[in-house]
Amino acid sequence: MKRPLKRSNAPIFWALFGAGGMLSALFGPMLVFITGLAIPLGLLLPADTLSYSRVLAFVQHWIGKGFVFAVIALFLWHAAHRIFHSLHDIGIHAGVGAKLLCYGLALVGTVIAGYTLLAIGF
Amino acid sequence: MNKRRPYVRPMDGWWRKNPYFVEYMIHEATALFVAAYAAVLLIGLLRLAQGEAAWTAWLATLQGGWAILFHLLALVAISYHTYTWFKIMPRTMPPVIVGGKKLAGWVITAGGLAAAAAASLALLALVWGMAR
Amino acid sequence: MAEQPKTIEIEVLRYHPEKDKTPHTQVFEVPFTDDMSVLQGVQYIKDYLDGSLSFRWSCRMAICGSCGMMINGIPSLSCQTFLRDYYPARVRVEALAHFPIERDLVIGMEGFIEKLESIQPYIIPKEPRTPAQGEYLQTPEQLAKYEQFSSCINCLLCYAACPQFGLNPGFIGPAATALLHRYNVDSRDGAQAERMELINSEEGVFNCTAVGYCSEVCPKHVDPANAVNQNKTNSAADYFLRFLSPKGGAK
Repeated sequence: MKRPLKRSNAPIFWALFGAGGMLSALFGPMLVFITGLAIPLGLLLPADTLSYSRVLAFVQHWIGKGFVFAVIALFLWHAAHRIFHSLHDIGIHAGVGAKLLCYGLALVGTVIAGYTLLAIGF
Repeated sequence: MNKRRPYVRPMDGWWRKNPYFVEYMIHEATALFVAAYAAVLLIGLLRLAQGEAAWTAWLATLQGGWAILFHLLALVAISYHTYTWFKIMPRTMPPVIVGGKKLAGWVITAGGLAAAAAASLALLALVWGMAR
Repeated sequence: MAEQPKTIEIEVLRYHPEKDKTPHTQVFEVPFTDDMSVLQGVQYIKDYLDGSLSFRWSCRMAICGSCGMMINGIPSLSCQTFLRDYYPARVRVEALAHFPIERDLVIGMEGFIEKLESIQPYIIPKEPRTPAQGEYLQTPEQLAKYEQFSSCINCLLCYAACPQFGLNPGFIGPAATALLHRYNVDSRDGAQAERMELINSEEGVFNCTAVGYCSEVCPKHVDPANAVNQNKTNSAADYFLRFLSPKGGAK
C-alpha cells in the first residue's frame, strides 16, 4: 500500500449514517404511519392528535425538541451517506461535487431544523 | 520482452448481474424515502413555526392523494430498511458472547426486529396517550 | 446394458494476451459423470481438448485456495463445485471478477499480495521472549477471539464478491482486513497501532458499504465482512477518542 497513508475522515459521516440508520430502523415505519397515514386518513388516532397547540407544546419541551431534531437531522445524514455511496456504486464518481451535494444538503437541513426549533422557543 | 497485458473487465451494470447485488441496491435505495420523509417533516416544522393557519394548511396537504401515496411507499421502503438493517447486523457488529458462546446471527436479527417492534408500539402508545 | 455416455457443455472465458484484444467465450463438450467437480471438467479440457487453457489449481480439496473461479457468475472454488448441480444445462466459467485477467482463468494477484504484506500478517510480540522463557500462553477465550479469522486460505473469492473492491482496487478489501484483524486481536500481538493506520486510511475499511456478499461466498466461514465492520467501529473510536487518549492514540 502507498505510504504515507492518509487518514480518512469517513468516521464522522459513518457515525452519523449509523445513528440515523438505527433511529430510522427503530422508529421510521411507525413515524411514517402516524404522520403520513393514520392522521391524514383518520385511522386509529383521534383527528386532532396533531392539533397546532398540542404539537407546539410538544416541540417547546426540550424532549420533543430533541426528538424532532434527532429524527430530521439524523435521517438526513443517514440518507446522504447512502446516496453518496450509491452514486459511486452506479459509476458516478463525482467525488467532491457529489460529497458537497449529499452532505451539504444534510447540513443545510440540520441547520434549518436546529434554527427553527430554537426560534419556536421553550 | 514482456508479453503480459492484463485485461481489466469493466464494472458497468455490476449490480444487475447477481440477485444479491440487486437486493443490495434496493435496500440502499430506501435512503431516498428516508431523505424525502425527513424533508416532509422539515417542511412541517417550518409551517409550525409560521403559526396555526400554516400548520393546519400543512396537515390538509398531507390528506392529498399524492401525499397518501408517497407515505404508503415510504412506509414500505422504510419498513424494508428496518428489516435489512437488522438482517445485516450480525455481520456489522462485534460478536456478542453470552455464557462463553458467540450469539447466533439470527438471534441478533430477531432481537433487533423485536426492539423495532417495541419502539414502534411505545411511540404509538405515547402519541395515543398524548392525544387522548 | 451399457449406459449412454453423457456430456456437459462448459463455456469458458478465454483471453490470451499475445493474440486477443478482449476476452471471448469458447464452449467445450466434456464427458460428464456425476462425481466430477468443475475443476475436473476444466482439467479434462486442458488434457484432451485444448492444451492452451490456463488455470490455477493444486490441492483439489478446498484448502489451497488456488482454484477460485466465477461459476455461473458466483465466486466459487471449482474443486468443491460439482457439474451435477448444473447438468444438463451449460456451465459458464470465468476468471475471478474484479481482478485483472492475466490469461484465461488466471488472475493477476500482485495487488492482493502487496496488501497482504502491508498488514504484517505475523505476530509481532508485545514482549519478546527467549526460548528459555518458555512459550506464550493463551486461554481458549483468547484463541476464540481470532480463530475464525485465521481460517482464511487467501482464495480471493471475497474480493470477487466485493463490488467496492471492483470499483476501487486500492481498497484493502475483505481477506486482508480479516487477516489483519486476526493478528490485531491475538493476545500475543503488540502491533495493533501500526495496523490500525491501514484500517483508518482512505484505502481502509470505510470503503466497505456492508454489502455482505464476501462472507456469503467464503468457503471457510471466516466472515470477512464482520472483520471489516468491527474495524469500522474500532477506527471510529480511534478517530474520536484519539485526542482524549494520553498517548495521543494512533497517528
